[in-house]
Amino acid sequence: MSRVSNQAARVLGMLRTMHVIREFEEAAGRAWHAGHVRGSVHQYVGQEAIAVGVCANLRPTDYISSNHRGHGHSIAKGADPVGMMKELFGRADGTCGGKGGSMHIADFSIGMLGANGVVADGATIAVGAAQAIKILRQDRVAVTFFGDGAINRGPLMESFNWAKIYNLPVLFVCEHNGYAATTRTADVTAGEGFVARARSFGIDGESVDGNDLLAVDAAAERLIARIRAGGGPAYLFATTYRHHPHNTRDTGNYRTQDEIDRWKQKDPIARTTAWLLSQGVAQEEITSIENEARALIERAFEAALVAPLPSPSAAYTDVQDVGAPQ
Amino acid sequence: MITEMTYAEAARLALEQEMERDPRVWALGEDLGPEGGLAGQYRGLQEKFGPDRVVDTPISESMIMAAAVGAAVAGTRPVAELRFADFALCAADELVNQAAKIRYMFNGQSRVPLVTRQAVGMRGGTAAQHSQSTEAWWVHIPGLVVVTPATPADNHGLLKAAIRCDDPVVYLEHKGLWGMKGPVDPDAGPIPLGKADLVRRGDDLTLVTWSGMRVECAKAAEMLAREGIAVDLIDLRTLWPWDREKVFESVSRTGRLLIAQEAVRVGGFGAEVAAEVGEALWSKLRAPIRRLGAPRTPVPFSLPLEEACRVSPEQIVAAAVEMTKGKT
Repeated sequence: MSRVSNQAARVLGMLRTMHVIREFEEAAGRAWHAGHVRGSVHQYVGQEAIAVGVCANLRPTDYISSNHRGHGHSIAKGADPVGMMKELFGRADGTCGGKGGSMHIADFSIGMLGANGVVADGATIAVGAAQAIKILRQDRVAVTFFGDGAINRGPLMESFNWAKIYNLPVLFVCEHNGYAATTRTADVTAGEGFVARARSFGIDGESVDGNDLLAVDAAAERLIARIRAGGGPAYLFATTYRHHPHNTRDTGNYRTQDEIDRWKQKDPIARTTAWLLSQGVAQEEITSIENEARALIERAFEAALVAPLPSPSAAYTDVQDVGAPQ
Repeated sequence: MITEMTYAEAARLALEQEMERDPRVWALGEDLGPEGGLAGQYRGLQEKFGPDRVVDTPISESMIMAAAVGAAVAGTRPVAELRFADFALCAADELVNQAAKIRYMFNGQSRVPLVTRQAVGMRGGTAAQHSQSTEAWWVHIPGLVVVTPATPADNHGLLKAAIRCDDPVVYLEHKGLWGMKGPVDPDAGPIPLGKADLVRRGDDLTLVTWSGMRVECAKAAEMLAREGIAVDLIDLRTLWPWDREKVFESVSRTGRLLIAQEAVRVGGFGAEVAAEVGEALWSKLRAPIRRLGAPRTPVPFSLPLEEACRVSPEQIVAAAVEMTKGKT
C-alpha cells in the first residue's frame, strides 16, 4: 500500500465499499427469490459509484436521505450491512427492528435520515433538514439521492425552489438510470430534463458519468465544498444504469439484452479496478478486498437467517407518545 | 393576570411564549410576516424573532409540510401553518406517509415533533374549498395527535401542549372562532392533550362536541335548561387521543348520548364516539345514541344553502328533547 499514491489508497477504500454494496445487493436478491425477504427489493447493482463517490466526501454528522433503492446509500454513509440484512429478513435486531424493511432503512446515528417509499419525498425531507441546519447554525450539509423518475413529481420542483430561496446547504443527487420504474423516463418527460429544471430554479452543479467513481468523487468534492462554504444548493446529475430490473418482482422485459450488456461494459467496479491496477495497486490486494466483502455479506446472510423474529407486541410500540395504541 | 383576548390573540401569545422558551421552535407558512396570518395569529412575531424563525414561504404546501418533517427529525420543533385545512390536503402525503410514520418505520430512532396548524370550518360563505372540517381524516392515521381548540384559553394552553409534544400534532383552529373573546391567563401552562372539558354539568343527557360546534352546543344547553333538561356538555378538545374516561363517566350517569359535529356526519368522528360508547355502555343507555352533523354535501356558498348544511342549536335542542321524552 505504501507504494501507491494517497489517491489510489482513497480509491481502494471506496472500491471496498462498492464491493460491499454489490455483494449485499446480490445477496438480497437471492434472499428474496429464496423466500427469506418479504415485499420486494430494489437493487442498486451498477450504480454503486454514485453513493460511494458522494458519501466519501461527507462527515458522519452530515445528513443523507434516500429513496426506494436505498441500500447502497446507507452502506456508503456507514450503516452496518449486517443490521441491514437482518432488517430485510424482518428480524428483531435489524436496523429498524423489522418494522421498516428494505424501503425504510434509516440510521440516525450516522446521519442517514431514511430511505423512502414515496418518490421525491426523501428530497423534500432533506431540504427540511437543511433548513434545520441553517436555523441551528450548524456546520453540516444534507445530501439527497433520487432517481430520474422523481423529476416529474411536483414536490421535487417545490424543493428546488425552496432550497434556492432560503440558500440551504443541500446537494441534490439525481441518479439517472433511464427508467422511472419500468417506463423510460425520456418518454414521459417534457423539456430538457433534470439539469434544465434545476437550472431554471437558479441551481447549478455538475453532470458526470455516474459509473466513473473518480469523476463522481471529484465533482462531489467540489460541490460539497461550495455548499459548506455557504454557496447554497447544488445538483449532481449522474448518468448510470441498474443491472437488475426495477425490483425483484419486475421481469425487466422492457429492456433489451443488448442495452444491458452495453452498460455492463461500463461497470463502475470494473472501471475502478482497472484504474487501480494502472496506478500500481496489486491485483492480490484488490482480490482480497473483494473476498473480504463477499465474506462479510455471507456472514450477514447467515446471521440474518438465524436472528430472532420480533415479538408481536413490538407492532404496538413507537407509534406515538400521546394516544399510543392500547 | 387573567386577560380578555381573542382566540387568535391567545394562539399568538402561546406561540410567542413557546418561541421565547425554546430556541428550537420556529414557524413557517404563507403570509406569516406582513399579514401576520389569516387572523393575525402570527402578528409581530417575525419582527420579534426574525425571518429565519418566522418564515414566509411560497405557496408550496408539500414543501411546507416536508420542511417541517425534515427539520423536526433534524433537531428543531417546527410549527407549519397551512392556512386552510382544505389546502393541507395538498400536503397529505408528507403528513400521512412521512410525519406520521417516521418514528414507527425507523423503530423509534427519531421523533417528529412538528405541529401543523390548519384552519377548519365554515365562516361567512367561504364555500366548498375553504370551509371543510377534516378532523376525521387525521384521526384515522396512526401516529398523529389531533387537537381542536374551541376557546381562547384552550387555544393558548393546547397550542403550548402541541408544541411541546414529541408527536406530530394536527392542530385545527376554527375560523369562526378567531374573533371570539374570552379570559386567558397568560401565565397558564400547557393544557394536557387528551383531556376533555366538562363545560356544563347536568344529569339528563350527555352532549359531546368539539371545535366550533361547542358554541352552538352551549346555546342549545342553555335553551334545554329552560325546558328543564340538564345536559353534561363535553368539549373533547383533543380528538386523538380522546377522553373516553370523561365521556364514559358522563354517559354512565345520564344514559343518553348526543354528539354534535360540524363535519359531514358520515364517517365522522362522532361515529367513533358513538360506537365506542355503544360497545362499552349499551346496558346503561336509556335511549339510542344520536349524532348530528352535516349532510354528505360539499359546503355550499349561498347563505340559505350553507345554513341547510349547518347543525343549529335548534336541531340540537330538538334531538335532545326527543331523546329525553318521558325521562325519569
